[in-house]
Amino acid sequence: MSCQSKDIKMANDATRVDTAGVDKAGFDPQRRSFLGAAAAAAGITLAPGVMLYGITKSSPAKARAPGAAASSDVRWGMLIDLGSCDSGCDDCVTACATENGLGGHGRPATDAQWIRKVELKDQHTGNSKSLPVMCMHCEEPPCVDVCPTGASFKRADGIVLVDKHICIGCRYCMIACPYKARSFVHEVLEDQKPHAPRGKGTVESCTLCVHRIDSDQQPACVEACTDTGGGAMLFGDLNNPESEISKRVATYASQQIRDDLGLNPGIRYRNL
Amino acid sequence: MSLRRTTFALLAVALVYVASLAVAINASEDEHMASAGRVPVPAIPAGRGDSCVEDTDFMRRNHMNLLKHQRNETMREGIRSEQYSLQECISCHAVSGPDAAPVTVASPDHFCRSCHDYAAVKVDCFQCHASRPEPGDMSAGHRLGSAQPVSPAAHGIE
Repeated sequence: MSCQSKDIKMANDATRVDTAGVDKAGFDPQRRSFLGAAAAAAGITLAPGVMLYGITKSSPAKARAPGAAASSDVRWGMLIDLGSCDSGCDDCVTACATENGLGGHGRPATDAQWIRKVELKDQHTGNSKSLPVMCMHCEEPPCVDVCPTGASFKRADGIVLVDKHICIGCRYCMIACPYKARSFVHEVLEDQKPHAPRGKGTVESCTLCVHRIDSDQQPACVEACTDTGGGAMLFGDLNNPESEISKRVATYASQQIRDDLGLNPGIRYRNL
Repeated sequence: MSLRRTTFALLAVALVYVASLAVAINASEDEHMASAGRVPVPAIPAGRGDSCVEDTDFMRRNHMNLLKHQRNETMREGIRSEQYSLQECISCHAVSGPDAAPVTVASPDHFCRSCHDYAAVKVDCFQCHASRPEPGDMSAGHRLGSAQPVSPAAHGIE
């Protein structure tokens, strides 16, 4: 009898799990404040199941405070207008190599390549396009799915990176990436750039110049394209409706490469 | 009478034996000290500025933990504070080589190597990370650390 009453008491406790669970675990003000912020950012309910988002989101355009972590309020992306991208121009590729210290060994098959120019030609009409292809910084990155160590990861602001401290160089991510965006470092490197650590036995790819983004600058390829190239690349926050990139993707038709895969890449193309 | 003499003689022999043993032990200790001296105590180059980000004693025992903590924050969350940044360590503790340019970890004079060689602890940071500041990056108060060795006693190494 006493055993039964205990069971009933436990069942009663279970129904009050919302409050009891929190109290048992101890009050965590950080979690509380996070939940509060999440509720504020969630917007308002117009009808059951219909939410209006983005009402109270803070402007992500302003720089992060020093010491603040990357936030998921921001989704970094790029819009590349192929109408302004000349097939003979590789300023973005050169700028990337300079910025990140990518030196080759004269072996194109295995040399590191974070961004490359790809020529697309319509077999029927002969019309050709030249497009810069790099890590697409997918919302659902397959490289992250397959990584056995957790080295391949997506930062809160949508940048997909390799944590080389725990990369074992298995190269599953290279196989999983539908864009062939990743490279493996085959040889011992010396005198790397301090802001772009790279080493033998690890996989690497475009970081969207994360060190520059963290100091409120644009990626090197975008800067080079604007300064000396065709001005085809536009970098910005896809989550901020006030940003130039958001306005342009809202106004003009743009495409993601292999959008059939449903990965929602952060890199978009116009006039493809 | 002859018995007493014999006893004295035996005692004298025993004393001489003990004394010679003591000398032998001293000699072997000296030899031991000499073998320790084969690995020279490192002459640790001073960094620039007045002090490190923490006490020397604390840094000697905990620098690896600070670096690892910072590494995860920077890599995963993009927090790039300078307090415990490896780049700042490298910048402050750069050692000039014969050509006045900062040496890489390939040189035994490199700040990290000077101690790690002595302690026989392998450091693999520099398989990926730059072991010296960028040549053009030394402006804006980033002057080279003095390459003059500080006496080991100042660092508490006897």
